[in-house]
Amino acid sequence: MIRALLATCFALIAFPAAAIDIEEVTSPSGIKAWLVKETSIPFTALEIRFKGGASLDEQGKRGAAYLMSGLLDEGAGDLDSTAFALAAEELALQYDFDAYADGFSISAQFLSENEDASVELLRKAINEPRFDQDAVDRVRGQVLSILASEEEDPNDIASRSFAALAYGDHPYASKLEGTAESVATLTREDLIASHKSLLTRDRVFVGAVGDISAQELGVLIDTLLGALPAKGPELPSDAPFLLSGGETVVPYDTLQSVALFGHLGIARTDPDFFAAFVMNQVLGSGGFGSRLMDEVREKRGLTYGVYSYMALREHANLMMGQVSSTNDNVAEAISVIRDEWQKMSEQGVTQAELDKAKTYLTGAYPLRFDGNARIANILAAMQFDGLPIDYIDGRNAKVEAVTLEDIQRVAKRMLKPENLHFVVVGQPVGLGGSN
Amino acid sequence: MRRLIACFLAPAVMAFPALGAEKVTTFTLDNGLEAVVLEDHRAPVVMHMLWYKAGAADEDPGVSGIAHFLEHLLFKATDKLEAGEFSAIVEANGGSDNAFTSWDYTGYHQRIAADRLDLVMGMEANRMRNLRLTEEDVETERKVILEERAQRTDSDPGALFGEQRSAAQYLNHPYGRPIIGWRHEMTELSRDDALEFYRKFYAPNAAVLIVAGDVDPAEVEELAKKHYGPLAPTEGLQERTRPQEPPQLAERRIVYEDPQAAQPYVIRSYKAPERDAGDQETAAALTMLAEILGGSGQTSVLGRALQLDSTKAVYTSAYYSGVNYDDTTFGMFIVPTPGLSLQEGEDAMDAVVAQFMEDGVDPAHLARVKSQIRASLIYAQDDVSSLGREYGAALTSGLTVKDVQDWPAILEAVTEDDIMKAARQVFDRKNAVTGWFRKPQTKEVSQ
Repeated sequence: MIRALLATCFALIAFPAAAIDIEEVTSPSGIKAWLVKETSIPFTALEIRFKGGASLDEQGKRGAAYLMSGLLDEGAGDLDSTAFALAAEELALQYDFDAYADGFSISAQFLSENEDASVELLRKAINEPRFDQDAVDRVRGQVLSILASEEEDPNDIASRSFAALAYGDHPYASKLEGTAESVATLTREDLIASHKSLLTRDRVFVGAVGDISAQELGVLIDTLLGALPAKGPELPSDAPFLLSGGETVVPYDTLQSVALFGHLGIARTDPDFFAAFVMNQVLGSGGFGSRLMDEVREKRGLTYGVYSYMALREHANLMMGQVSSTNDNVAEAISVIRDEWQKMSEQGVTQAELDKAKTYLTGAYPLRFDGNARIANILAAMQFDGLPIDYIDGRNAKVEAVTLEDIQRVAKRMLKPENLHFVVVGQPVGLGGSN
Repeated sequence: MRRLIACFLAPAVMAFPALGAEKVTTFTLDNGLEAVVLEDHRAPVVMHMLWYKAGAADEDPGVSGIAHFLEHLLFKATDKLEAGEFSAIVEANGGSDNAFTSWDYTGYHQRIAADRLDLVMGMEANRMRNLRLTEEDVETERKVILEERAQRTDSDPGALFGEQRSAAQYLNHPYGRPIIGWRHEMTELSRDDALEFYRKFYAPNAAVLIVAGDVDPAEVEELAKKHYGPLAPTEGLQERTRPQEPPQLAERRIVYEDPQAAQPYVIRSYKAPERDAGDQETAAALTMLAEILGGSGQTSVLGRALQLDSTKAVYTSAYYSGVNYDDTTFGMFIVPTPGLSLQEGEDAMDAVVAQFMEDGVDPAHLARVKSQIRASLIYAQDDVSSLGREYGAALTSGLTVKDVQDWPAILEAVTEDDIMKAARQVFDRKNAVTGWFRKPQTKEVSQ
């Protein structure tokens, strides 16, 4: 009966392609943007991304990009910190500046009735941040407070331990928020330099969705970005990956261990990317149907959550995963994960699993496009990743085209249980010391 | 993941109304199921949610965590579905599903292509009355909730502190018990405990259906009649009444020390009235008070005085959430600048509040907050699922559709005097719990 129900569901599948009409806009000064017009609600969502981000932190200045991102709205142009915040509140302008590993993002939403004044306020933050010393010291204090809290967080300990072991002297080896030591020594000049090298016109990507015309958007883009430096410094080279198979235990006094694991993966541009993506959906992408979730949680009750994921960055591509399990249970959880890795590597997936993964992935894709802010994000991210403007229309066909053989090939090539390194934070029972 | 709604030290999420969509339709089935339909036709997506008027605060003493445990168990077998099949079918149709438990409600939701509403509604209706739990499923899933507690509470000193503060806040009301349950009671939760809670509360006359997205309300009603209509209500189900608090006669203070408490802070929570049906004015004033006192670090009263003018604090905030079945809390906290003691931080926060009680509300500040509220009505239309969640939470917390729809106008009508009156009513240290969070203090050993 259950089988019959499922079969019916599969037969019904005919998902609409996401009905998204993307227009490429070129501003008068030559900056490109992607626009989706959506006039039913009187506001516009804007997403701007610059390639580089925290990976451009200079040696010894780790955390500069992150601290800089927190200061753009803390005084800009003729407005001090409070005056800026008051103006934003009056306009009901919503915005966020964020530095992440490979990029810097500006997200904003403004009401159509307040468009001009909102854009002017954003222009000041993007182009004329003041970095007043009192604001620098205040926001630095907030960053140090965040760092202090994360210092004791098992998840954070796991990810920074893994990064430090994996990435050598690449910027990826340390937290982008910096360390208490590096953040304490950052100066106003460092922040000015970070602003100048991160926000540049040669690697900016813009997505806009909402109540705005192509012409208006062009003018807006030039207002916001036209006066930024034309070029930024060179981006870092690819990161090394220094971990080999094994386990590293980071002793920590807690009831439950956190294990973060991984080995080398493949790039988004790899011909087998979609095969790997579909394979991971079966292996452990987080859903309840995944093999890892089924084996570690549903059958054995060893965890609340276990995942695997393709960690794609500009300068490193890993195949990773995470699990949390009570100190007594974590060794068993790790052993089950290794077995699943091995099994997938040797045997790939079944036809039923492949069909199920495809139906999910192709069906879930159009559901992403349901809101101006979400779509603006996707538009900027697609450009950032170098995807073509018609990518959305062809994406599901790429998933559909993946065969059992493709998965077998990529699983064998990518999944190497013997190379999997587990960083375990806690007091795991039955796991050796380092390597 | 099946999520537990955590309620401690949430960033000051303002309870701004998210109502702007005009296309709201309601109906009630003969068996008592209430339904709200919210239309948004921009994308072919639907959010189907079923909320039960039952949460952790409706548990009997001794079985803390059973509401949440049952939420997990609802993904096991029914008379028609194998264990795990529910989520598998949702996924096979490109959707995603999840569930959550709070003190006042438990909710289940699926986000899926709009033409699959019939399918998910059929499955959700099926598991309302037809769960088939095996002892083995219960055993395994109990390990999962214990792992969940280990991950989300026991490994997080801030979460443990929050649990202690809630327990101190409520001497008698079940809000003092953690949603996930006390560990020593969780280990004893049984299949019978789960089924007892299930049979009582998982019924159409204790449920609220929310459907938001690219749907036609008339069709939704037809589907609801088809799937939920035949289900039998629980006979004799009374209005929920929980043990209420006795008058608080003494200020309560706790000092929570943990070697992993990296960032010391002080948090104070006052018992405060919640939004009541037809009587939301005080809650509206408290909502505005939280925003004015601690909404933004750069413009709020606490932020300006303690982060900008005096730099005594790294961070300050105030919070209030009126959507609660019984009395709620109004809170504020301060992370003092390094070098300042928690006592100095607490004193500084108190001094700012005392000054505010003398100065009153700056009318320009109130006007700015109101203009943001008006804007929030526009921005909210971009996310119809969150509108749905707002209705779901309200209708399972003792409010009506009309209360939800009246809320923006009630906020708009709040005056400076209303805010000060509400502040005077709530700010009484005898009605509060003050918590300090820090590392163990090194003892001075004299030899």
